[in-house]
Amino acid sequence: MAVIGGDVDGFADELNREGVDAIHTVAEGEEFNHDVYTQTVEALYDELAPEVLLLPNTVNGLDYAPAVSNGLSLPLVTDAIDVEYGDTLSVTREMYGSKVETVVEVDADRVALTIRPGEWPPAEGTGDAEISQFDVDIDESSVRSTVTGFQEVGGGDVDITDADVLVSVGRGIEEEENIALVEALADTLGATLSSSRPIVDNGWLPKNRQVGQSGKVVTPDIYIAIGISGAVQHVAGMKGADTIVAINTDASAPIYDLADYGVADDLFDVVPALIEEFGGEPPAL
Amino acid sequence: MGESFMKVLVAVAEVADVEDEFAIDGLAIDEQYLNYDLNEWDDYAVEAGVQLQEAGDDVEVVSVTIGPERADETIRMALAKGVDRSIRVWDENLEGTEYLDSGTKADVLAAVVEDEQPDLVLAGVQSDDTAFGATGVALAEEVGFEWAAVVNDLEYEPGSDTASVHRELEGGVEEFTDVELPAVLTIQTGINEPRYASLRGIRQAQSKEIAPKTLDELGLDASVTDSDVSLTQLYEPETESDATLFEGSPDEEADQLAELLRDEGVEA
Ligand SMILES: Cc1cc2nc3c(=O)[nH]c(=O)nc-3n(C[C@H](O)[C@H](O)[C@H](O)COP(=O)(O)OP(=O)(O)OC[C@H]3O[C@@H](n4cnc5c(N)ncnc54)[C@H](O)[C@@H]3O)c2cc1C
Repeated sequence: MAVIGGDVDGFADELNREGVDAIHTVAEGEEFNHDVYTQTVEALYDELAPEVLLLPNTVNGLDYAPAVSNGLSLPLVTDAIDVEYGDTLSVTREMYGSKVETVVEVDADRVALTIRPGEWPPAEGTGDAEISQFDVDIDESSVRSTVTGFQEVGGGDVDITDADVLVSVGRGIEEEENIALVEALADTLGATLSSSRPIVDNGWLPKNRQVGQSGKVVTPDIYIAIGISGAVQHVAGMKGADTIVAINTDASAPIYDLADYGVADDLFDVVPALIEEFGGEPPAL
Repeated sequence: MGESFMKVLVAVAEVADVEDEFAIDGLAIDEQYLNYDLNEWDDYAVEAGVQLQEAGDDVEVVSVTIGPERADETIRMALAKGVDRSIRVWDENLEGTEYLDSGTKADVLAAVVEDEQPDLVLAGVQSDDTAFGATGVALAEEVGFEWAAVVNDLEYEPGSDTASVHRELEGGVEEFTDVELPAVLTIQTGINEPRYASLRGIRQAQSKEIAPKTLDELGLDASVTDSDVSLTQLYEPETESDATLFEGSPDEEADQLAELLRDEGVEA
């Protein structure tokens, strides 16, 4: 295990879980920088010669893993959701927006994998790993990017993380003017309106309404997903909701893997009827 | 060429979208259930390239696609939106490759980068179908360019030797980074508003060049398609769903759903 940058000793203690044999700490930099990470991981790889290089399938993971594997001439498989070690290594990953799963076999002695966060249970207990400091000579001339700051986005008047009931809208709504329909539902139910990413990308709702990996993590009592497929980056933000209801014509959409209740029918028929059930008036679209 | 001449190479993938109901044929989805389109992320990368072209005096935007002739239709869309000319790499070796992994794609694109010598390469964060999310950064490493992944804001003055970008991290946090050129940026959705092709653009695209290239013409050996990674299974995952589905007419469905919501404490 390698810990690079920041409070490395603190992280090393935290990661010293059952089953971990060795932790190498590299005190380089306060913040993530992919040039530093790439050089460090390559140096560690040269020293330790692991058969499997496991890296996280996170935004920063994808900012250095492909460079490391390419630099080390290792085959790379990203976003693994399962790994089997047999004669060869088999990796399960999804394709086509989770509609299918694939198994790929890696026919090489050494491989780099990025693994999807949350697919494996966290290691527990306390281990007796040997914690040692690893020194790398960073070649500053090949550090050609500089992090100059950070910013939190998605502030504003509405905090969707406070809501008890979220009416959440996705690309199934098709047109900006149809947003009025889910707005009317949210108003009628006294709920708050949130959305998947494409709605925010299109500028139909502000960033502070976005649920997911790059938006907000919400845990309402009720989450009503309307025209949302349930992509992994969306699910990362709402899987903790108590009761999940999906309205989606595609009964095999991944959102149904999470949903407690669902209506596999056209939202343009179901949502107006639901508004009327609660005494509201559906807008004319 | 003036001092401010700049070349932007945009990697454009044509991806397959799968219909709700589909069938699997061997290790692939049956062709009749696939609809091909411009990769969502690349639409934003094309727009970012065209915006640089419009802002500068002398900026050429070239697109590169690895794909069969069918992809010309998608490439014409990029040309209609303002890309100046296109390169499409394909031959029987690529055609015969069952699993085009990100390493192979990076090697092929690297040869095009060597030929074209762009200042900036724009690629999508991922392609919608395979979702490797790796090709852009692997390409940067391969050609010795700097890079930044998951870019949702780009500021660049043509002629400058750095670009200022925002990288979109998790949880609504953005990182500000200065990146030295030449560089590869992987572009995130939402960075801009991709334009629709105008009628004039569509007409002009008809006379723009799509240069077909083979691996051989790029100076690549057929062995670049060799991969240690092979696809051995493709299947529809067993549903993990234990959702209760309400059925009937929309009114009946809404009625049951309303009852549930009332039970859960929702009141109008
Ligand atoms: C680095 C990264 C970060 C990301 N972060 C996020 C994030 O924070 N949040 C997020 O949401 N996504 C995020 N994404 C994007 C994510 O991968 C998906 O593209 C996105 O979640 C899809 O949104 P959607 O479900 O609304 O659209 P789609 O996947 O297009 O789904 C639309 C759904 O609507 C259904 N539908 C269509 N018409 C109707 C109708 N008439 N009635 C009922 N149903 C209908 C369809 O069956 C389909 O399932 C991220 C991606 C990347 C690469």
